[in-house]
Amino acid sequence: MIPVLLAHGIAALLAPWLVARLGTRAFPLLAIVPAGAVVWAATQTARVTDGGTTEVVHQWVPSLGMELAFRLDPLSLLMTFVAAGVGALVLAYCGRYFSRDEQGLGRFAAVLVAFAGAMLGLVLSDDLLVLFVFWELTTVLSFLLVGHNSDRLGSRRAAMDALIVTTFGGLAMLVGFIILGEAAGTYRISEIVANPPGGTTVSVGVALVLVGALSKSALVPFHFWLPGAMAAPTPVSAYLHAAAMVKAGVFLVARLAPGFAETAPWKPTILVLGLLTMLLGASRALRQHDLKLLLAYGTVSQLGLLTVLVGQGSRDVLLAGLGLLLAHALYKSALFLTVGIIDHDTGTRDLRVLSGLGRTRKRLAVIAGLAAASMAGVPLFAGFAAKETALDALLHGDAVDLVTLVAIVLGVALTAAYAWRFWWGAFATKDGVPDRRCDHADPHIELAPGLLAVGGLVLGIGFSALDALLARHADTAPSTLEKPLHLAGWHGVGVPLGLSLLALALGAVVVLVQRRLAGRPVPAEGTRRMLDARDSYVVLVRATERLSVAAARATQSGSLPVYLMTILFVFAAATATTLITGAPWNVELRVWDEPAQGAIGLLIVAATILTLRSRRRLKAVVLSGVVGYGVATLFALQGAPDLALTQFLVETVTLVVVVLVLRRLPSHFTGTVSSKRRRRVHLLTGVTVGTLMAVLTVVAAGAREAAPVSELFAAASKLAGGENIVNVTLVDLRAWDTMGEIAVLVVAATGVTSLLFLRRRTRAMPRLSDPSADSPVWAMAPADAGAGPPRARPGAGSRTDPSVAAVASSAGLLNVVQHSAGGAGTARRAEQWLVAENTLAPERRSILLEVVVRLIFHTVLVLSVYLLWAGHDVPGGGFAGGLVAGLAFTIRYLAGGRYELGEAAPVGAGLVIGLGLVIAVGTGLGGAIVGDAVLQGGSWKPDVPLLGTLKLYSSTLFDIGVYLVVVGVVLDVLRSFGSEIDRQVDEETHGRRPTVQPAPTEESAS
Amino acid sequence: MSVSLVLAILVGVLVAGGVVLLLERSLTRVLLGAVLLGNGINVMILTMGGVAKEAPIIGENAQADQNDPLPQVMILTAIVITFAVTAFLLALAYRSWQLQGHDEVQDDVEDRLVATRREAEELEDTGADADLEAAQDARAAVEETASPDDDAAITRDA
Repeated sequence: MIPVLLAHGIAALLAPWLVARLGTRAFPLLAIVPAGAVVWAATQTARVTDGGTTEVVHQWVPSLGMELAFRLDPLSLLMTFVAAGVGALVLAYCGRYFSRDEQGLGRFAAVLVAFAGAMLGLVLSDDLLVLFVFWELTTVLSFLLVGHNSDRLGSRRAAMDALIVTTFGGLAMLVGFIILGEAAGTYRISEIVANPPGGTTVSVGVALVLVGALSKSALVPFHFWLPGAMAAPTPVSAYLHAAAMVKAGVFLVARLAPGFAETAPWKPTILVLGLLTMLLGASRALRQHDLKLLLAYGTVSQLGLLTVLVGQGSRDVLLAGLGLLLAHALYKSALFLTVGIIDHDTGTRDLRVLSGLGRTRKRLAVIAGLAAASMAGVPLFAGFAAKETALDALLHGDAVDLVTLVAIVLGVALTAAYAWRFWWGAFATKDGVPDRRCDHADPHIELAPGLLAVGGLVLGIGFSALDALLARHADTAPSTLEKPLHLAGWHGVGVPLGLSLLALALGAVVVLVQRRLAGRPVPAEGTRRMLDARDSYVVLVRATERLSVAAARATQSGSLPVYLMTILFVFAAATATTLITGAPWNVELRVWDEPAQGAIGLLIVAATILTLRSRRRLKAVVLSGVVGYGVATLFALQGAPDLALTQFLVETVTLVVVVLVLRRLPSHFTGTVSSKRRRRVHLLTGVTVGTLMAVLTVVAAGAREAAPVSELFAAASKLAGGENIVNVTLVDLRAWDTMGEIAVLVVAATGVTSLLFLRRRTRAMPRLSDPSADSPVWAMAPADAGAGPPRARPGAGSRTDPSVAAVASSAGLLNVVQHSAGGAGTARRAEQWLVAENTLAPERRSILLEVVVRLIFHTVLVLSVYLLWAGHDVPGGGFAGGLVAGLAFTIRYLAGGRYELGEAAPVGAGLVIGLGLVIAVGTGLGGAIVGDAVLQGGSWKPDVPLLGTLKLYSSTLFDIGVYLVVVGVVLDVLRSFGSEIDRQVDEETHGRRPTVQPAPTEESAS
Repeated sequence: MSVSLVLAILVGVLVAGGVVLLLERSLTRVLLGAVLLGNGINVMILTMGGVAKEAPIIGENAQADQNDPLPQVMILTAIVITFAVTAFLLALAYRSWQLQGHDEVQDDVEDRLVATRREAEELEDTGADADLEAAQDARAAVEETASPDDDAAITRDA
């Protein structure tokens, strides 16, 4: 079974290519695939008829109980014949129907083949969820097929209608499936039907499944989508809307009826809606002028009848229904294909325009006549044979069955009437209508409908051949008759035959009456509109849309504070509820651990309040820094030196970085000042959440019962060879956390650089030797220049500045002085110890700072390496070490500007980060390769002369990775907030191409 | 387990301050709010480690005297991540300033548009149905129906 399905998938993938290569000739080639499925089904027929079933089961999602279960039994075999047989013929027909330049033909072919595959999967699947997947697949593919003429509004809308209606039904069905599957304890359809669960829940589930089935089969009140879907190309209508997809609902009803026909909602739903649909569809069909719409309403009607027959619940009616299912597939697709030919050759499908086709297209008229006769239920044809069995079975039933019988006879009469209307409308020569011009017939195109129509006759005569196969499925339903019925082409003379003839006679009466009424005015549009299901659907869709807009309006204010308040409110409510329900609390309080804690606490509270009240950015930032340092002190007091160290370092780097950005932002907080009331609300929210958190702290600590897991950490650290438990935990015991953490760091740094570097992200820091380094790097602000003439700096390069200064002072206008940074400066660089000499405006320099920084720089770096190395045993570690190194670079930048930074760290920040990541991840993977698990530790203790035994742990290596990542991140942040903003400032002040005078002195000299 | 009142109050104050700043529109304040909030939560985790003791370093302090290392490890991670968040928010604030001249968080324009969407804009695509379109097709077909002259032409061609 699975190869058959796979073949369709592969063919669908190849189809666009084939169509591109071969044009419409690709269609017959593609038809081989479903034809192969028919052949495969034929080889299985004998075995299935003898009662053999084939099951194929593959595990799919065992945890959800989902398996790819397929099963070939009589019903699925019947449906395979219908889906694959009609599919092959329709595909072959497409080759003649479409012209080569049809738009999107490749996609169309692919979707059609895929649809055939999905349909086969649907009928063969034995798992409710797999069935659902294929079910939705047919829905989506049908959406694409109906909307094939995507440039037409009606086409798109019809596709949308079909999609919404059937998806809605499909979702209801999914819920129903899950209810059934959970109630039965299995999702295998065969097992569920064999042992159907019972109860109210199951009834609800069955009702939901019926919603899905009925919506797919276009029963009232979902029927309107099917006539709309006639916007599809006619081959699609012939396949999806006559033979295959709409039968999926009938198939599902037939599949479940043996098990669930006695469930409460089943019979009323099926009978009432089915019969109603049958009569409504038939009467609508009689009013259509468009042949295709006529057939569409006819299909709606027939689907109602089919649903009634297969869902009625007794064996013999089900048997008749199965027979009719096959018969319907044959004649209805033949008729659709006929309409396609007429449309193709005459350019219209309107029966008021068509005339004389019976004379010019005799063969087609015969084909359509055969199919229409089968539809009408003329003796000898398949439609007749099936319906007669149904009448026979219902005749022997109870009162409900008799009512059903009467309705069906009426329905058959109307069917006969519209069958005649169809044939007459298409082929008759009408008075007063000129003969319709008809293009030259292509005999090949008539092959598919011809085969289908003749098939209806042959099947009708040999109807009894189906009996053995179909009875096998029907036998699973209880029989109400003493002697089970058999399918046969001729049941002999009896009441059923009388009823059939009565129906035909009634049909003739209807035709005559309608002809008599032809001139009368049709009922007013308004009353018809009231009954139109599509209008209610439109109202429903519009109401849903309106509701969603209203919901969006109510919830999506677009304001971040409002969203945050919502989140905080939910948080506070949830926390408060938990706190209240958790009472009584076990509260133990001490005032403080030591008085210093109280003092620091006071400082932090004061700084927090001042931060809130501050109107100046810098003040606020510095105050929040005070909070940070205060918290760091608390850490130290608590016995957490690692934390204190890291927090101090982080706080420092943060301060520097924030100040670097703040130099660009306005000094005061600007913009809208929130109203007093709003500020009060904010304050109230803050106080509420804060109080809750404080209470939570106390309660949570009191609620602790279990022994801390960290009691084992000491022993574990010893094993890992470190004495500083915190550090060992970070790089060994819980190294996965650290791995995640450095990933976050890297992501944040990437975000920062992406936001800051609007231009190409330069890989390395700006260097003196950069080719672009002769752009200006320092500038004197106009205000400064106004204060006095720029100082001449002897030794600033070959371009002597005095003349620049002279120009500035003599003109009194030139108040900006700029210098090239490097250019030929590579030679100079070598002899310069302080890079800023050449790259920073003198008024921005502090020689003392520069010198001190140069002197301590390497010492600080050594300190950082020491912290990294010793972190295993004493406070320190990769984070602290990395931050210290980062600070070393930070002071270099602060003292000497961006070129100084570039010279201090002459590698790209990205490279450092990448190297760190590689080392950290590599250590982890190494653990997996050498040891048993990712990040598994190991050690190596070589003896190094002079230094003694060196303890090398894999966790140390990991820490080195962390160290490098942290250094890289700090560098990245520095080059973004420092160097790049510097560059942007320069560019902004002096224009994109700075107005530097490259060595004006040289020009004047020459 | 007893809790230091000072630390509990600090948690409350820092979280309250953080939340108030977080609710502001200026990104710089939001950033400071995030920092304060982070500090508050860190202190909260710290209190879960119990009474102040000595550093959890083997050999230096007896195990009974050591502060619980697990909260410390968590805080260390939190500190570094707060730094990353700060840097990112800072970049956002700067970018916002670059683009708009201020660092205020504006209301989401898309959300506003949805809110002000008028009914007239809803679902225009529900007018004519397939019947109508078919009728139009039919009318078009009637109009182009071959006249007797055309038929004569066809016969001539044939």
